[in-house]
Amino acid sequence: MAKIAQKVIALSGDEAVAYAVKQCDVDVVAAYPITPQTIIVERFSEYVANGEVDTAFICVESEHSALTCCLTAAATGARAFTATASAGLALMHEVLGVTSGCRAPVVMAIVNRALSAPINIHCDHSDSMAERDMGWIHIYAENSQEAYDSIIQAFRIAEHPDVLLPTLVGLDGFVLSHTLENVNVLPDDAVKGFVGERKFPLVRNHEGKMIPFKLDPENPLTIGPLDLYDYYFEHKRQQEEAMKKAYEVIRQVHEEYAELSGRRYGNGLVEPYRLEDAEIAVVCIGSTAGTVKTVVDELRGKGVKAGLLRIRVFRPLPVQDIIQWLSDKKAVGVMDRACSFGGNGGPLFHEIRHALYDLPNRPPVTNYIYGLGGRDTSPHLIHKVYQDLQRIAETGRVEQLVSFIGLRE
Amino acid sequence: MSPEYKGWKEIPIAGVCWLPSTEYKTGDWRTYKPVWDSEKCIRCMLCHIYCPEGAIKYNPETDAMEFDYDFCKGCGICANECPKEAIEMILEEKE
Repeated sequence: MAKIAQKVIALSGDEAVAYAVKQCDVDVVAAYPITPQTIIVERFSEYVANGEVDTAFICVESEHSALTCCLTAAATGARAFTATASAGLALMHEVLGVTSGCRAPVVMAIVNRALSAPINIHCDHSDSMAERDMGWIHIYAENSQEAYDSIIQAFRIAEHPDVLLPTLVGLDGFVLSHTLENVNVLPDDAVKGFVGERKFPLVRNHEGKMIPFKLDPENPLTIGPLDLYDYYFEHKRQQEEAMKKAYEVIRQVHEEYAELSGRRYGNGLVEPYRLEDAEIAVVCIGSTAGTVKTVVDELRGKGVKAGLLRIRVFRPLPVQDIIQWLSDKKAVGVMDRACSFGGNGGPLFHEIRHALYDLPNRPPVTNYIYGLGGRDTSPHLIHKVYQDLQRIAETGRVEQLVSFIGLRE
Repeated sequence: MSPEYKGWKEIPIAGVCWLPSTEYKTGDWRTYKPVWDSEKCIRCMLCHIYCPEGAIKYNPETDAMEFDYDFCKGCGICANECPKEAIEMILEEKE
């Protein structure tokens, strides 16, 4: 149960994100509008115009500049936020690596949308999956409520002195971004108190002084300069270590937030649904999990031992949780809303199978690529996935490793 | 890698410089080394002015141009600018 009373307001996913950012005492927002993220920026610019926030809102000429503004603001110790989607995220690609390399804890909402060409404005995960290896923490929301909750948590995670990694929160384009939902919102002061002030670890500067890790003319510091074969590798290894430390920080922040709000998403990393005694399991990311849960309930009603593992945090990959929840299943079906062309399956499939590889008796794992470009993902389609998994569980044989579902032949 | 280099657990994050740039010896980038000829040199100081690294100095006590090989990258600008061809760039043998 929540400790404090909360307001219920009707918000779209984009509005829920903007509302959360409003409450997080953000110093700098720099963004460029792109469908289906536009409403986040529109709403936030209204908050600025109305004087509801004390935030520098920077209108930039591109997403590349938007993230550069946020990265540099964060390097000075500011709290910075941006939001984008699809082509906008692709244009930011270079700066994603600079942001994580500079250990700038920027928070960014990604309203997941297909990549061109052909041009398409609807949901799939190809945009953020293409940024998998850029050193950002990835959190994916199932609904607008979780998008709101995750943004608030993201600042705490990203800015944690043991982590200091930029964090993106993904929400499905249109399915969440443009759909009204009842969202419970915390009081402003509760969020402000939860997020708190940024804390800075001490680092040794070139004058040999231990100073807070931020750009400050009084305490000069150089961040992210030239690094050749002598030290680049060591700095990359530090980023990997920060990802390892992020597991515990994500769990703790999620738990603390759950105590405040009364809302919990599994252990913060993965959310199992009727999975404990399940024999067949689907693994997916994002809003599709809502549909899968409905199908699981239907199947359970018929006595089929079906379950779901929703991956909430994709980076760092919750390997231990994946092993814990899936190792005893008879068949596992991974649903990917992105395709790694020529890679023999989607990105989530690769990683789930990789996590289970070392088990002595690993379950068969198959891949279902679905919903590209916003193709509707109906309960009927998910029923077919579970039917396929039932057949695999019974026979122990996988006839097709990677299937494209909801596709016309 | 040389033992004087630090490990990832010892260095600050994000490429933060923990030593001044004077500690970063760029001399080992050099392929050609400038060698000065006292006889040909007229002490015009053009090499001192043109050196992008500030690695050439005039020592009034010895009346000699001194090259700081810890920082000279071997770019050859000094030799190119010298009006008396008093600086020769020679291939440096390395161990």
